[in-house]
Amino acid sequence: MQCPKCHAPMHTYNRNGIQIEQCSGCRGIFLDYGELEALTRLESQWSQPGPPPPAAPQAYPAAPAAPAWGAPHGGGHHGGGHGHYGHHRHKSFGHMLFSS
Amino acid sequence: MTLLPALTEQARTAAHPRPGTASCGCGTAALADRPDATVVRHADTVAKAHAPGTDPAHLALRVATAARLPDILLPPLTPDAVPLHDRLVTFWPYGAPVDPDDPDAAPWEAAATLLARLHAGAPPAGLPPMRGPAKAARALARLHAALRTAPDERTHPVVLRAWAALPPWARGEAPMPGPPALCHGDLHLGQLVRHPAPEGRWLLIDVDDLGLGVPAWDLARPAAWYACGLLPPDEWTRFLTAYQRAGGPAVPADGDPWSVLDIPARALTVQTAALAIVRALAAHRPLDEVEQALIDACARMTAP
Repeated sequence: MQCPKCHAPMHTYNRNGIQIEQCSGCRGIFLDYGELEALTRLESQWSQPGPPPPAAPQAYPAAPAAPAWGAPHGGGHHGGGHGHYGHHRHKSFGHMLFSS
Repeated sequence: MTLLPALTEQARTAAHPRPGTASCGCGTAALADRPDATVVRHADTVAKAHAPGTDPAHLALRVATAARLPDILLPPLTPDAVPLHDRLVTFWPYGAPVDPDDPDAAPWEAAATLLARLHAGAPPAGLPPMRGPAKAARALARLHAALRTAPDERTHPVVLRAWAALPPWARGEAPMPGPPALCHGDLHLGQLVRHPAPEGRWLLIDVDDLGLGVPAWDLARPAAWYACGLLPPDEWTRFLTAYQRAGGPAVPADGDPWSVLDIPARALTVQTAALAIVRALAAHRPLDEVEQALIDACARMTAP
């Protein structure tokens, strides 16, 4: 997706199960519905250790964590995306899997 | 006699130690013929000519490690390397590789479990360092050499910047940090075989880069593929969770694995990107979509 402010591409990161989109240009952050609440919940757990509240039902399976320099993943909750896997494995990647 | 026919003769002799079978009907196949390794199979015997300049003492220690860990590493047929021309040759049983035409059948769980057991064992004393960072540095040297004849190449600056941003240990310029573990050093899907072929258990092959070092390096190639958007998330999750379930020490049992994977995965992304540019230049072709994904990842590593 594109940043609503500066229109640079936004990259998806997963931190503690929360999907965060950060703009590669202005570094602004986009949160989906419920994610601010999830962050607030994590923060309150940090300051007041206690039994965690029941997790909200998750609309999308969480993608595994990825580094800040990672590609925006097609398997993320926005669908689409720019992953290079998709319907078939690219021939060039098939070769890469087997070479040093 | 050039290396390949001489090595084929060695493989045939090793497969048929008794005289009088010189005209056997067994098949012979060259499994690899690259500057850094020539590998020939004859019947169930594989002969490997190691890279020119291979240190004989280091190779002996690495082959001995494979002999000592036959449940993790394919054990050699004979303990000693023999000289052939200017190369050292070792002998191995044939194992069935992962089908390159069916990488979806990749044994991610088996690979992860073998690595976890390799890393968790007591590291053998006297073994040289794992050669992962040295290989990354060699890839960058090849890129520099290729650029001398192709000064117009445009994608390399982001690769060089991403390389320069790595700590010295990841560039092979300083000792690796942390308590050393026994590492494979060059994990990819070509490094797994089933022995005995075709239905035996999976084992790791190729001890050339085996040694002591940062075990996260062995997870970093799949990690880099995943981070670059090439390996689907479910395959990465299968590999990582199988490693954690098997008690692998390279990453935290739970929590963010990228705290330890980040640097090795960056190094392997840069290494793979450098070699992709070298190959594209040699073939006079543009980078394809997959290779461009590596370059893009290098660019993001040093983005302001």
